[in-house]
This record gives sequence, structure tokens and C-alpha cells, in this order.
Amino acid sequence: MSDRLSVFKTYKLYVGGKFPRSESGRVYEVSDAKGKWLANAPLSSRKDARDAVVAARKAFGAWSGATAYNRGQVLYRVAEMLEGRKGQFVHEVADAEGLSKSKAAAQVEATIDRWVWYAGWTDKIAQVVGGGNPVAGPYFNLSSPEPTGVVAVLAPQESSFLGLVSVVAPVIATGNTAVVVASETAPLPALSLAEVLATSDVPGGVVNVLSGRTAEIATPLAAHQDVNAIDLAGADDVLAKELEIAAADNLKRVLRPQPVDDWSAMPGIDRMTAFLETKTVWHPTGSLGASGSSY
Amino acid sequence: MASVFEYAPAPESRAIVDIAPSYGLFIDGEFTEAADGKVFKTVSPASEEVLSEIARAGEADVDRAVQAARKAFEKWSALPGSERAKYLFRIARIIQERSRELAVLETLDNGKPIKETRDADLPLVAAHFFYYAGWADKLDHAGFGANPRPLGVAGQVIPWNFPLLMLAWKIAPALATGNTVVLKPAETTPLTALFFADICRQAGLPKGVVNILPGYGDTGAALVAHPDVNKVAFTGSTAVGKEIAKTVAGTRKKLTLELGGKGANIVFDDAPIDQAVEGIVSGIFFNQGQVCCAGSRLLVQESIQDELLDSLKRRLSTLRLGDPLDKNTDIGAINSEEQLTRITSLVEQGESEGAERWSPACELPSAGYWFAPTLFTNVTQAHTIARDEIFGPVLSVLTFRTPDEAVAKANNTQYGLSAGIWTEKGSRILAVANKLRAGVVWSNTFNKFDPTSPFGGYKESGFGREGGRHGLEAYLDV
Repeated sequence: MSDRLSVFKTYKLYVGGKFPRSESGRVYEVSDAKGKWLANAPLSSRKDARDAVVAARKAFGAWSGATAYNRGQVLYRVAEMLEGRKGQFVHEVADAEGLSKSKAAAQVEATIDRWVWYAGWTDKIAQVVGGGNPVAGPYFNLSSPEPTGVVAVLAPQESSFLGLVSVVAPVIATGNTAVVVASETAPLPALSLAEVLATSDVPGGVVNVLSGRTAEIATPLAAHQDVNAIDLAGADDVLAKELEIAAADNLKRVLRPQPVDDWSAMPGIDRMTAFLETKTVWHPTGSLGASGSSY
Repeated sequence: MASVFEYAPAPESRAIVDIAPSYGLFIDGEFTEAADGKVFKTVSPASEEVLSEIARAGEADVDRAVQAARKAFEKWSALPGSERAKYLFRIARIIQERSRELAVLETLDNGKPIKETRDADLPLVAAHFFYYAGWADKLDHAGFGANPRPLGVAGQVIPWNFPLLMLAWKIAPALATGNTVVLKPAETTPLTALFFADICRQAGLPKGVVNILPGYGDTGAALVAHPDVNKVAFTGSTAVGKEIAKTVAGTRKKLTLELGGKGANIVFDDAPIDQAVEGIVSGIFFNQGQVCCAGSRLLVQESIQDELLDSLKRRLSTLRLGDPLDKNTDIGAINSEEQLTRITSLVEQGESEGAERWSPACELPSAGYWFAPTLFTNVTQAHTIARDEIFGPVLSVLTFRTPDEAVAKANNTQYGLSAGIWTEKGSRILAVANKLRAGVVWSNTFNKFDPTSPFGGYKESGFGREGGRHGLEAYLDV
């Protein structure tokens, strides 16, 4: 071990593709599983939450309008970047969750594989959940999934990286944009993931990452009129109920917290379909009359 | 405008339907009085004639019905899907057999024209049961994994605009997937649901699988809040939908909501004008505009505004308003005095905010609840009549110059249920449909429905889909 003094990282938020400090100027201490100080993380305010929603809304049009193939390429690029920074994440996850190096490595590898899995879904989900409807009449009628819009994602509190990616990737794979509230006690892997996203062709604003007190940040997000949906994975039962009530005010789609024993288990498609709308478009087929068309 | 044709009255006979002077609640296969003995009257909105006196379910009745449904759930959900299917096929067939009787009954209780109940509501009701009957033994193949399980007891609250059709949309998928139901019809239109209870008996449906609880909002609130209900499905106003979403917060109840709308019907300059006019008329005057997916905002390209409005006004002058049982009637009665008051007040607000009101010459019957077809021009996006759901025969006309402007205006609403596009250009249809934030888009047509076709909203028009394979999800534990 050299006696060189290491360079600490200033952890920052990730909003609209930029890395700001909290506008409140606040930070809080983040410790490892044994209570040793790791870093000061930004303690986000409700204003930070609102700024993140603005950024996510601004990014929604282009991201949801991108081709599914393009979104898949971008998400796969995230996995490539993660692979290259694996060592850093193993270190952060080991500290955050009190895991041995080998167990932390297994978590990080599962996380990278999860990005790859969702990257492959972008151009397949529409075929699985959409399709033609055999209506009883002269109409061509097609149902297609579309992203709900801006999704607030409360990342799981315990699984700081695999759990985080397991809730963020499905949201953006389908074309939504996200405002992510990192694990309150273990936010550093999420804040570092933002650095990977920023260098992976993910357009700014598609994922926005906030650290701080989950309840403080989630409350304005749940009540925000320009947020379309909320994933309550990181909320306890009491907070989840409060947020669900607030979310009813503009009828957000709400994914209630569900007990997850093992984030490494193969996910189904539920986390994608939870934030998809179904649009059905009717076209007359008519018959070819004398004029060549008819309605 | 002088009428080209004179029509003799052509009333459908009401002798085909025998309405009893009173009806009970339908709980556990039996008609029964409310525990507290409360009743209410249901009237024909076209004449204000009292049709029948109906038991009004209270909290104790809700509890009894939920218990009956819970008890029935064990056996019903354990039946092979093929057996559940046959019950639903039986129901579909009996509805077809009794279709004219139910159409007349619906027209009497709701006020909508017999032409609509006969040609739209009833065929769709039977088709919906027929469609979901076939799913009951094919759920393994519906894309929700092997052997998807039902949720349990479904509490369902439905509106008055399509009473029996909304019942079908709720009950058919619930039963096909193995749930049992407690359904509350709207207080102004309980009769077809009670006749449906009789159809369940004719079909030999096991007791407690379907329970019907007529009542007002308090009955619905008690049903939604009941701790032993596993699934809540509601069709109605956005305001009530939000209350229900708050009520079920923090529970494990699965929720689907089909709420209000302010659909934009977009007419481009190359649209076939005559067809577009027919589409606009069916979009906003079908069922007196009391349709959540109504095309209540007409967005017309500026260059064809005058031509289109001339044609539209000419067409509106030929609409026949009057006796809903008359087979030539186009516009029936407004469903209730309360709804008429709401329409009237919003229309007055439209005038006071500066929009220009127009209606064809139209004589309204002296008894009953009536409102003449109405359109507003000089409407801006800030006007109340361009933002609030009127739920009546009132069309707000706005203009646009470019497709981008049309899309922006169409999406400028808290709702997201329906939209229409009228143009001859195929690529424009697809480009515009792609950008509209609405669950159902009709291109060169409007207000088409089919049991195979998922229906439901974006944004504050609710969530979940009814119809099609998608409609199964609302009733499965997936």
C-alpha cells in the first residue's frame, strides 16, 4: 500500500444530464455497514425534485420517440460501460451493503446482466403485449403499448445497486423517463451509476438521480401534477400509503411495494407493463367500391 | 330549414317488457329488501314517469353481498374453466333471446333512443359475454403465465350512460377469470341490471356469484371500502375515481378506473367532409353526448372551417329529437334532472365566457329532461367548455393551422381517453395517432366498440383496460 493520499470523490446529484449539488446546499453523511464514514451525499430538497421532473419531462419526447432499436443500443452501451468500471462498483456495493468482495462482485455482475436483459426487451415488448384485434366489422384495429411518461422511482432501500437497476432499467427500456430516489442509507452506487449513464449515450434527463431522505423527496414527487407514475419499491408501508393517497390526485399509475427476497431472481415483464399504456387505433378497411375507396 | 321528409310516429312497443312495481336487491341468488327497508324510485327521463321502486342497499347489505360473493368464490374459482365458460355462453345466448325486451327497458330507464339500445348496446352486451366466455378455459394461453389465479371478490360500480353494456364490461371478464362480483348500478338506471339478475337465475348461475346492489354513491363507497373486496372496478367521473384511488391506497385491492374524457376530433383539410360530418355527429350526439369517449372538442383545420361548419349545421338540422322509443329518434332524453342542470350550467358558462352558441330549430318535449344539440364556435383552449367534460350534446369547435398545432391542442387536457383523426393521407393518420396521448384513436371513424378491442384511458381518464386479452389482467392476480 502506498502512502499516497487518495483523492476523494464529491458525490453529486444527476439532473438533466448535469451533476449539480443540491440547490439547498445540504449534504448528509453516508456510512458503510459498520458505521464508518464514506462520503457526504447531497441531501436533496423538494426543489431538486421539481427540477428533476422538469428535466425528465423535457427528455420524454425524444426518448419515447426514439426507435426501440436505438433505445436497446443505448441500454446495451450502459452495460458495456459498467463492465469497464466493475471494480469501482464492487467496492461501493461491498461498502454499502456490508458484503464480502466476492458477494459484492456477484451483485455487480448480476446488475450488468440485468441491463443486458432489459436492453434486449426494448424492441420486443410491443410484440408481446400489443397486437391486432379481430373486431367484428370492416376495421383494422391495432393495440400498441406506449410509455406512461415521467415515472418517479423510489429505489429499494436494501439492494443499493442490483435492486436499483432492477427498478430503473424497465422504466426507461420502455421509453419512460425517470426521477430516481436512491437508497437513503446507501446512495453512493446510484450516484456513481449516474456517471455511467452520462457516458453511455443515455440522453440527459432520461434518468435523474436524487439522494437524500426518501420521504422528503418522494412526497413532492407523489403530489407532482406532471409526474405520471410512481414506483414505491423503496417506501415502507406507512410512507407507501401516504404517497399512494397523494398520487391519486392526478391518478398516477402506482406500483405498490412488493416484498422481494432475491433481486437476482429472473424478473418477469411486470415492471415494464406497470408503466405502459395501451393505445388502440382503429382504421376503416371498407371495401373497394367504384371510386377505389370507401369508409 | 323546412323539413324535406315528414315522419309518422314509429314507436317500438313497450308491451314486450313487464316492469314490476318494485324490485329488491339481488344477493346470494335471491331478491331481498334492504336491511333498513330503504327504497328509491327510478323514472323514465323522457316522461318523468315512475317506472318502479327499487330497494336501496346500505352498508349492511353491502356486507351481506360481499359475504355471499366470498362464499361463492371458493366453488366458482375451482370450477374448470370450461364449465365457467358454458355459464357465460348461456348468459350470452339468453341476452340475445331477450335482446328486444332489454333494449326497450334500457331506453325506458335511460332515455337513449331505441335505435341505439337495439343496434349498439344490446348486440355489444351479448358479444362481450360471448367473447369472455371463450377465454374462461384458455387463460393459460393469455400471456400471464400458466394457471393465472383470480383475485377473489370484485366490487364493481358502473355509470348510467350505458347501464347494461358497462355491466357486461365488468361482469363478463370477472366471471370468466373465476372471480365473483358485487355490482352497484347507477341510481338512475338500475332496471337492466336487475333484469340481468333474472338472466343469471335462468342460466342457473350458482348463487352468490353475481350480486346486484342498487343504490346511490354511499352504497358504492361502502362497497369500495369493504375490507373483504379484492378488486375494485369503477367507471364514472374522474372526481369519484380519485376518491376511490385514495380509499384503496395502502390496501392490496387491485384497481381499474375508466373515467372522464374530453376527446378531440381532428379534421384536416383533405378530409372527406361528408364522412367527417357523420363522424362528428356520432362522436358527440351518440347517446346525447353522455359518453366518456365522446368527441366533444372538434379541431378543424382553419382553411375548411366554414365549409365544414355549414355542412355540420345542415346535418344537425335533420336530427330528430324526441320519444326515445320512436325508431326514427336520433336524440333522446338527458338521463336525469341533475345531469340536465349540469349541462345547462356549463353551456351558460360557455356563453358568458364569450363563445358563440348555436342550435338547430328544435322543439323540446314539455315533460322529461331534454337538451337540444348545441355547438359552440369562437372557443379558445382556456374556455371552460373546452376543458371540462360536459357529458351532454354540446360540441366545442376550435381551429388549427398545422398538424403540430392540432396535436398540441388535442393533448392539452387532463384527460386522455379518445381522439379522432379525419384525413385522406395515410401517413398523416399514423404520425398524428402516434403523438396523441389517448387510449383509443379512431381514424376516419368514431365511437366504434368491440369486445376484442382494449378500451381505457391515459392520464386522468383512468388506468387499466377493458376488452380484449388486456381486459383479463384487471381480474387476475398477475
